[in-house]
Amino acid sequence: MNNYTYDAIVVGSGISGGWAAKELTQKGLKTILLERGRDVKHVEDYPAATKHPWEFPHRGERTQQMIEAYPVLKRDYPLNEKNLDFWVNEKESPYVEVKRFDWFRGYQVGGRSLTWGRQSYRLNELDFTANLMDGHGVDWPIRYADVAPWYSYVEKWAGISGNRDGLAVLPDGEYLPPMVMNVVEKDLAARISNHYRGSRHLIMGRTANLTVPHRGRINCQYQRQCWLGCNFGGYFSTQSSTLPPAAATGNLTLRPFAIVTRILYDKDTKKAKGVEIMDAETHQTYVYYAKVIFLCASAFNSTWILMNSATDVWEGGLGSASGELGHNVMDHHFQCGAYGRVEGYEDKYYYGRRPTGLYIPRFRNIGADKREYLRGFGYQGAASRERWNGEIAEMSVGGAWKDALCEPGHWSVGFNAFGEILPYHENRIYLHEEKKDHWGLPVLAMDVELKENELRMRLDMAHDCAEMLEAAGVKDVATFDNDYAFGQGIHEMGTARMGRDPRTSVLNGNNQVWDAPNVFVTDGACMTSASCVNPSLTYMALTARAASFAVEALKKGNL
Amino acid sequence: MNRREALTRVAWIMGGAVIGANLFLEGCTREATKNVESLFEPETIDFLGDIADAILPPTGSPGAKEAGVGAFIPVMVKDCYSKADQNVIMDGLDKLASVSLETFGRKFKALSLAERTELLAAIDSEAKDYQRNKSDEDPNHYFHLLKQLTLLGFFTSELGATKALRYVQIPGRYDGNYPYKKGDRAWAV
Repeated sequence: MNNYTYDAIVVGSGISGGWAAKELTQKGLKTILLERGRDVKHVEDYPAATKHPWEFPHRGERTQQMIEAYPVLKRDYPLNEKNLDFWVNEKESPYVEVKRFDWFRGYQVGGRSLTWGRQSYRLNELDFTANLMDGHGVDWPIRYADVAPWYSYVEKWAGISGNRDGLAVLPDGEYLPPMVMNVVEKDLAARISNHYRGSRHLIMGRTANLTVPHRGRINCQYQRQCWLGCNFGGYFSTQSSTLPPAAATGNLTLRPFAIVTRILYDKDTKKAKGVEIMDAETHQTYVYYAKVIFLCASAFNSTWILMNSATDVWEGGLGSASGELGHNVMDHHFQCGAYGRVEGYEDKYYYGRRPTGLYIPRFRNIGADKREYLRGFGYQGAASRERWNGEIAEMSVGGAWKDALCEPGHWSVGFNAFGEILPYHENRIYLHEEKKDHWGLPVLAMDVELKENELRMRLDMAHDCAEMLEAAGVKDVATFDNDYAFGQGIHEMGTARMGRDPRTSVLNGNNQVWDAPNVFVTDGACMTSASCVNPSLTYMALTARAASFAVEALKKGNL
Repeated sequence: MNRREALTRVAWIMGGAVIGANLFLEGCTREATKNVESLFEPETIDFLGDIADAILPPTGSPGAKEAGVGAFIPVMVKDCYSKADQNVIMDGLDKLASVSLETFGRKFKALSLAERTELLAAIDSEAKDYQRNKSDEDPNHYFHLLKQLTLLGFFTSELGATKALRYVQIPGRYDGNYPYKKGDRAWAV
């Protein structure tokens, strides 16, 4: 067995892990960043980024071979020809669905920071008190004010473009100049604002795409193919934003193909002393030692590591004494909203492919508004002109039809709601007793479902959208509900929640595992409630905050 | 517009929109009666090119045949289609050949563009009726599939994207108030 010693170990190199590595190395800690998948080098490992549509043999579509190899990914848009290498090999890494759960993973350096949706919103004050107020889950051990400076800190580095809209429901941050609405969107925004007298807002999306050069990165070139990797570094990813400064310190060791199998827990000191890994290629076991460990392996995999650790002390693993490890799984439920046709504007079009759309912040159960469900939802969408995939009724084949297809059609607009899911104790993941993965390691079983609150909310998610579109003068408005499956939001949260009491939570207010204070969990696993906004910015802020705390505590000799 | 299309309209949020994402649903499988490799024979590629070219003929811009759709279709049918849809396509090509003989007494190849258009317009209308009324378990109509593949293949081809549509790989900026006048071409992506 080979042994190596560092100041800090970071497990996982996605959005959270990249931030942990950056913060810890910049504060002087010798840090090893462990990634279970292959290395992906910035620019040189983005083979699809410079290809034209016709250079893909199937023009981006899925083949039968891909459908066979990716039984989960095929359930939604991620299965495609262009960036297949950024998604997990499902045959190697299966899991068990007690109930259907769509788990879309990226096992490589950069994780899903390469493929994420980039929408970057702060949780608001209400989000941090929601559990306390309605009694679901446990109270967050922190408030908005605790995280606000850290939101600012990460926004300034990551480069978030957006407007300061001055809305309490969606706190403003530190933004680069916003991307802009097209003419149709501008008018729709004005009409919605008028109709609802300022109680509902259609605003420009806040996105981790650069509108101006930023910290050595080139601004967005409006190609809208971010998920292939960006050669300009136009959007935030581990590769574009957090790995370079971490590497520049000289304190970073990046170790791909390192599957962390467990944390090594020292019963005498009641702390972790390191981690054991299996090399994904050679299946060799190695041990790394460090003073602090950051688990940023993505929500479920961080919890999986905890479940496999210190089982001689706690049968259910490190953090299981709370009875909450693996519980309170959350996501954002969506695939529900409305769309319609916008009349006029035939003399208007757009140039460039904007990589973000618009946002309608939550308005339900805010202030005097009271619905028959708890919490709320926000919308994401855009207006655009239809293209050649539209059928034209009077024509079917031939030259006139072809020429008509070569022109843009009418304007249309659509929005998709993203709703909050409550933290239910019964929604849980656990280690399956029999099934093993390619490396002989136990796999997770998912036993998770939507409940009444979410299903009731979906009626409003569709109805409210249609009502707003109609109020804005949109024609032929129709609602849709495409039967969201749990996990499809790709916002897995919970399973090792933060809290105020070790008897009901896995982590404290600084993301430390109650039972091993030098182990920090700062990815989606830590979330106490889900809010309805995209969560990644919050992981960044909580990670930077926890890293700062860890380094201070180390200096004081408290860890 | 169906629900899936409504969804793809907003799918950019997640990183990219997939046109025709519902094209390749898994169908029931039965033994192929013909070898799908036969689609790659030069005369079949030529036949497919002629069909595609009648669907999207040369106008002010190149037609589907010149854009390589004839060679594109076999790749898609072989790699992306279920066995059931592969059979639909292969049987369909035979059917189309015989309809041409029955209607005009000549092979498809020997028809004028006007005759080809007339023939395909009739088949298209039959295919639309069929697709509208069929149950989920019924096989697709071959022309429904051929037309989808032709559209996909043409508008994502180099000629289709750059000559029939407008294509800028790296726009570099965004203008949300860009002038448009009738006749201006749509953006390819």
